[in-house]
Amino acid sequence: MGAKPLGRAANRGQIGKGNTEVATATPAEIKIGPTHEEHPGFWRSYVFSVDHKVIGKQYLGLSLFMALIGGAAAYLIRWQLAWPETYVPGWGYVEPQQYNAIITMHGTIMIFFVAMPFVLGAFGNYLIPLMVGADDMAFPRLNMMSFWTLAAGSTVLIASFFVPAGPAAGGWTAYAPLSARPIYTGVTWGQNLWIVAVAIEFASFLMGGINFLTTALNLRAPGMTLWRLPMLVWMELIAAVLFLLSVGPLIAGSFMLLLDRVAGTGFFVPDKGGDPLLWQHLFWFFGHPEVYVVGLPGFGIMMEIIPVFSRKPLYGYKTIVWGSLAAGVLSFVVWAHHMFVSGMDPRLATPFSITTILISVPFAIMVFSMLATLWGGRIELTTPMLFAVGGLATFIIGGVTGIFLGSAGLDVYLHGTYFVVAHFHYTLMPMVFFGGFAGLYYWFPKMFGRMMNETLGKVHFFFTFICFNCVFIPLFMAGVAGNPRRIYELSSYDFLKPAQHLHVIATIATLGLLAGQVPFVINFFMSMWKGREAGRNPWLANTLEWCTDSPPPHGNFSEPVMVYRDPYEYGNPDAPKDWMAQNEPPAEPAPQPQAGGLRLKGTGTV
Amino acid sequence: MNATAHAAVRAVNDDAFKEIAPGRIALWWFLASEIMVFGGFITCYVLFRYAHGGWEDAARHVNWRLGALNTLVLLTSSLTMILAHYSVKAGDRQGVKTFLGLTIALGLTFLIIKGVEYHAEFAEGFTPLSGLFWSFYFLMTGLHGLHLLAGIVINTSLLVMALRGTIWARGDRVELGGLYWHFVDVVWIFLFPLLYLT
Repeated sequence: MGAKPLGRAANRGQIGKGNTEVATATPAEIKIGPTHEEHPGFWRSYVFSVDHKVIGKQYLGLSLFMALIGGAAAYLIRWQLAWPETYVPGWGYVEPQQYNAIITMHGTIMIFFVAMPFVLGAFGNYLIPLMVGADDMAFPRLNMMSFWTLAAGSTVLIASFFVPAGPAAGGWTAYAPLSARPIYTGVTWGQNLWIVAVAIEFASFLMGGINFLTTALNLRAPGMTLWRLPMLVWMELIAAVLFLLSVGPLIAGSFMLLLDRVAGTGFFVPDKGGDPLLWQHLFWFFGHPEVYVVGLPGFGIMMEIIPVFSRKPLYGYKTIVWGSLAAGVLSFVVWAHHMFVSGMDPRLATPFSITTILISVPFAIMVFSMLATLWGGRIELTTPMLFAVGGLATFIIGGVTGIFLGSAGLDVYLHGTYFVVAHFHYTLMPMVFFGGFAGLYYWFPKMFGRMMNETLGKVHFFFTFICFNCVFIPLFMAGVAGNPRRIYELSSYDFLKPAQHLHVIATIATLGLLAGQVPFVINFFMSMWKGREAGRNPWLANTLEWCTDSPPPHGNFSEPVMVYRDPYEYGNPDAPKDWMAQNEPPAEPAPQPQAGGLRLKGTGTV
Repeated sequence: MNATAHAAVRAVNDDAFKEIAPGRIALWWFLASEIMVFGGFITCYVLFRYAHGGWEDAARHVNWRLGALNTLVLLTSSLTMILAHYSVKAGDRQGVKTFLGLTIALGLTFLIIKGVEYHAEFAEGFTPLSGLFWSFYFLMTGLHGLHLLAGIVINTSLLVMALRGTIWARGDRVELGGLYWHFVDVVWIFLFPLLYLT
């Protein structure tokens, strides 16, 4: 779909050229002062800051740092699988025990310490107050505490690498009884520290989620009705609620697991009357909503970006919101589809298959809404847009293979294979990394006041996109060929040898995928200091964060913000220009802003 | 605020959420997550008990008389907590101090009685390692006790504020503290029949 010259809105030419035009809603008579102290010192400004923007950047830094460790783990795993028991450059030989620890830590780090701080911590913190027109989070000090709690959790997790017997090796799901008794994995302190680190992480995001919810419900600017919230805010809200309501039983479970390990109770130990399957239920009752906790914000980011670079309103705003709420409710009754082969009562398979296939409906709605937004738009393939549509395309593969796995009969064959590995990477990578990178390229100008380099950005995108697909398409094939996952050395089984070349392809592509992140790192730091000045609204976008300075001052908005419009009023042929910022007053003598006074174009049912 | 002004604010505020104090929204969400934690424990306990059976013998050894007494103590403390909240609303300075003090005292009484129970049970040889019933019993009541202790700490800080006279600017804190206190009370209302009476 090429860019169609539709002849409206000549001001599109200004995109990215330091456009500083801004629409202000009300006369700047009432000064909203920053709520925090005016000249804090270094520690208060950059380390123990209560400013949501600084905290958002801290989450960003932490998640990208942890992603380095998680990425290094992926490198070791892939090398071992392609060329078993050979010397891994930069590391040495991967021992069997190490391999178990590395896959455990790869999953734990990537889900809990990369995905959550990245799409929730960084974007939620940075953008929710700006997007709703608030001067900060509802509880700034609690916000600071959330971040430092997470930092403590990360420290505990990293510390577990250095204790005797190494880090946890029971898988990122820590299935009992493997995790419940040190003797089974040979890991003592590593697993205990794993439980503690993850529990601290839960506490951090509980505090963070309460802040998100209170801010988005309570601190919205006048006129910012719930139905005018940018979609990212909705998605962060729903993610926060899902996390809040799903993590409790697992917190209870981690208490029990820790006691099993250190005190000798038998909650999950069969010979003491316990039930190992209970842990799987508790884990996946949280674990499945958790997929949407880290997934929905990535979707939210795509839904912010796609309308801007299609110059069209987001298709089906209310349908998407209701759809995501429905997905949220359904996500609490699908968990046992992770357990079809666990030995649970097989009669449960049918209801959980049905709910699992049902939950694909709201996600299909979201995907089709984004496709409908692209349809007929004047598409501009900037780096954020590339990552957004690239993420959408890859997610579709992940979503469709999810329907395969949701069918219990097929899952019995595929569950223990690389098919599942490929499937969940195809859902999580698009939502977390494609969505996250899209957001980073898109909001970098707001965060740091400068544009990122487009050429390096596109190199980064194409490397990531192509290599990612080259890693995981072969793994789908390996899975269908019967390649079991969680195995240290595949080549020791004769029947797997014909599929070994698939692992070699995947590993070479992994090297490309990791190398492809180098342009990003260069771009990130180079642009931070040397990038082109961005101005307030380089993308000509509508949401409120673009109507303040880049980066926004302490307290975010120098004038009081009043909201008159829906967030995606792009390309209206009757309007004088193709974008109408949310705070731009109506042309006629202004009526009082009212709830739902303006309806979104393109709102419809699917 | 008169009716028209109120209507104007409603027109701008768009929905009821903005009229709720941030602290109250946050506390309700916090309690929601806490309900899921205790809900997780209680569900596991009920399912285990249902699936395995044979726990009646163990359950016979808990002291239901002391448990019932504790239930009474805790329910009374919820009453005094509400009275403290009403005293703040009514501007009754002495009442706030009295009722907060009583609430704290009743909370401590609960913990002391619980301690007596634990002591007796340990003396009889029942520890958290004496079987799954006892693991659940000590874990759930222990966690509940820790929550109660946190409530006592919160109420003590409120009492200090009341004694210093600084509570009047922050009267909502008594309400929030009370919400938490009632939550801890409600958890016990579930734990008591499940652990002592079945």
